[in-house]
Amino acid sequence: MARVEADVGKPQGKLMKWIDDRFPFTETMKYHITEYYASKNFNWLYVFGVLAFVVLVIQFVSGIFLTMNYKPAAADAFASVEYIMRDVEWGWLIRYMHSTGASFFFIVVYLHMFRAMMYGSYKKPRELIWIIGMMIFFVLMAEGFAGYLLPWGQMSYWGAQVIISLFGAIPGIGDALVEIIRGDYSISDITLNRFFALHVIVLPLALIGLVFVHIVALHEVGSSNPDGVEIKDHKGPDGIPLDGVAFHPYHTSKDLVAIIIFLILFSAVMFFAPDMGGYFLEHANFEPANLTATPEHIAPVWYFTPFYAILRAVPDKLWGFILFGSAVLLPVFLPWLDRARVRSIRYRGWIYKTALSIFAVTFIVLGWLGTQPAEEIYVLAARVFSVLYFAFFLLMPYYTTIDKTKPVPDRVVYHG
Amino acid sequence: MDKTKTLGGLVAFLTLFAAAEGLASGGGVVLGSADIDPGNISSLQRGARNFMNYCSGCHSARYVRFNTIGKYLELSDEQLVDNLMFNADKTFETINAAMRADDAARWYGTAPPDMSLMARVKGADHIYNFLLGFHIDPDSPTGVDNIVLPGTSMPHVLWELQGYQTAVYSEVTTTAANGAVTTSHEFQEFEQLTAGLLNNDEYDDFVRDTVNFLAYIAEPIRAERRKLGTWVIIYLLVFLIIAVMLKNQIWKDVN
Amino acid sequence: MNEDDADRIDRNRRHFLTVATVVTGAVGVGLASIPFLASLRPSARAQALGAPVEVSIGSLEPGEMIRVLWRGRLVFILRRTEEMLSRLPQNLGELKDPNSEVTDQQPDYSANEYRSVKPEYLIVEGSCTHLGCAPLEDFEVRPSENWTGGFYCPCHGSKFDLAGRVYKGVPAPTNLRVPPHRFVRDDLILLGQDTGAA
Repeated sequence: MARVEADVGKPQGKLMKWIDDRFPFTETMKYHITEYYASKNFNWLYVFGVLAFVVLVIQFVSGIFLTMNYKPAAADAFASVEYIMRDVEWGWLIRYMHSTGASFFFIVVYLHMFRAMMYGSYKKPRELIWIIGMMIFFVLMAEGFAGYLLPWGQMSYWGAQVIISLFGAIPGIGDALVEIIRGDYSISDITLNRFFALHVIVLPLALIGLVFVHIVALHEVGSSNPDGVEIKDHKGPDGIPLDGVAFHPYHTSKDLVAIIIFLILFSAVMFFAPDMGGYFLEHANFEPANLTATPEHIAPVWYFTPFYAILRAVPDKLWGFILFGSAVLLPVFLPWLDRARVRSIRYRGWIYKTALSIFAVTFIVLGWLGTQPAEEIYVLAARVFSVLYFAFFLLMPYYTTIDKTKPVPDRVVYHG
Repeated sequence: MDKTKTLGGLVAFLTLFAAAEGLASGGGVVLGSADIDPGNISSLQRGARNFMNYCSGCHSARYVRFNTIGKYLELSDEQLVDNLMFNADKTFETINAAMRADDAARWYGTAPPDMSLMARVKGADHIYNFLLGFHIDPDSPTGVDNIVLPGTSMPHVLWELQGYQTAVYSEVTTTAANGAVTTSHEFQEFEQLTAGLLNNDEYDDFVRDTVNFLAYIAEPIRAERRKLGTWVIIYLLVFLIIAVMLKNQIWKDVN
Repeated sequence: MNEDDADRIDRNRRHFLTVATVVTGAVGVGLASIPFLASLRPSARAQALGAPVEVSIGSLEPGEMIRVLWRGRLVFILRRTEEMLSRLPQNLGELKDPNSEVTDQQPDYSANEYRSVKPEYLIVEGSCTHLGCAPLEDFEVRPSENWTGGFYCPCHGSKFDLAGRVYKGVPAPTNLRVPPHRFVRDDLILLGQDTGAA
């Protein structure tokens, strides 16, 4: 790529030249921001990537200030959270920001993934972006799981007990693996300390690294769009895609609107309903962990419940674990399961549209079922919907092949 | 297609949100809703008095400082010391129980739980029902049981105020689909046995005030967070209008 | 209106809106940073733990010194004898700030020749004003060294007299700090609250 020179006439031009001679600053700004072209026809489903980044920043900042006052020892953890809520100036706001952010992270990420499924964003040449994205999702789940133990409430302790025990289902290495995760013969102060290290250092570093390569991979091939048309196929005489607009100022100004709307919803929850009826901050977690008394009703936090419902639907410990793991891993293979020759749902046939709608409903229903007690009717329903969940992926090579697609236009559809 | 999905998502979010705020509704028999008024300072003051006089003998509220309560309940340091602080010296101290935890565990079988967060764990309604739910039970070591938490080791601390009541059960016979017949006792109502110092309405108010106070100490910052939230959202709405105008202006030349 | 005029109005409007957006955003970011920065201040628990401390001095003998902690900091309370008090004016010429003119180092009720409310009782923080080490007692009078008694800091050799005043020629720049205090009774000091306060 040609070296890009700043305007050396003005004083700031001289400063920029000094920097650019030593660091690809202006070059990077142009390549990634002011001369990165993305389609002009993005709809609001395309906003969730940026929103995920905003939530990441919110979690980092609020998390840093929480670690200044939180004590990662079993004897002190619960009290230190109340200390933050009551004694630290503005501690309550920082805490609620972090708990609200955790739930919003998953709302945004699930919608971001759903957009990819609607518009075929994972299809060639974007398979690697999708794979890295799935890795971000796995790390995010681990991050949420580790973070949830930290308040050391009843749900923290017993939720962790149930989920960590799951790994004991793996034949052969299961029990040893569980002991290594815990660092002790049961979940204890030792486990808490190491989960703190995971949550505050290891996993955030992994997240930053993965988000970075996720964006690099994206910028290498360029963003997709709701029509699934490659805008780079039609460039003007200046080399700029005809259907593209520069990321800055077009998408930045549009994203700003989306970010503000998002912050309004975020603030509404944070200031008026931080508990969210017990879904974002669970009632049982306002009680300190009691190693001798399991709460009546254990469920993981809402964002894990779809997979938890699948786990519980299977009446066998090992197979439950295998299906639970498969449910989480299957979406990785979407780029290869999906045989359609069009990307976007706008040009697919009724079969895929039906399948995706059923999948969306299935995911939400499974999520709800995961919060309910393990009574017969709920387990039965979970079995039915688990079958639907797996069918969506496993039958996809078949139904995407026979699905009658519509002709894809040459240029994007934009109505201004 | 896309628009419908997005709109549907938004509606779902708002419905969930609308159903959300407020404390949990716990389990147990429902005698009524606590219907507390968190903004009623006099009620909170009475509740604080009730808690310190009747509950703090056994129940601590170890995360709550007297000076925090004093500020919100509009009580001076002197009023705090004279009316609420029995074991504490300084207003920055937290509410500790008079009874030692290990003694309590020995005498009652289990240590009386701390009350700082109980309203967030069980919900105001649950505690309200619990305090109204004590009734005579000759088989119990304390002479009473509670329909909300059967088998509780807590005595009827407020017996002087409420008096004693007995629980009236009715026998319910159910026939299952396979023909099996089961009978169970279902709670019907309470019958007043001996009168207390307060009549039913007065006792109800007493419990309501106390539960109001417990709801307050579970989250003292509640009123302030809602007030601040209003301002934050107003600011964001103003920002939104400007940002939309800027976006439209920038996108004007895109065809 | 021709195209140029329309363009100009557009550009001006765009500029105005950009400025409006940036300013509104900056205000928001500024306001949002307040809670985070404020959370760094001492919390309610720190303020509770840092509350004034009562020290009983009823059993303190003349010439005896006790060490107490207030806000985690060492405080010396020395009951000076008449003899010690008589030595105070002797080395004025060798002190950096004999008249306690540096007002940061003592409250005004201690800015006198004894550096105390009651001449008998010296109350100073046991923290050398050089780099914070705890000075040692050195009350023995050694005429050969021209030493009339006081405090000696082992870290870098700073010396202070029996009123906590710093000598010339040592690294410490100022006299030992006198903390806020008041006499509740003759035998009871409240450290952390000023004389004349409620």
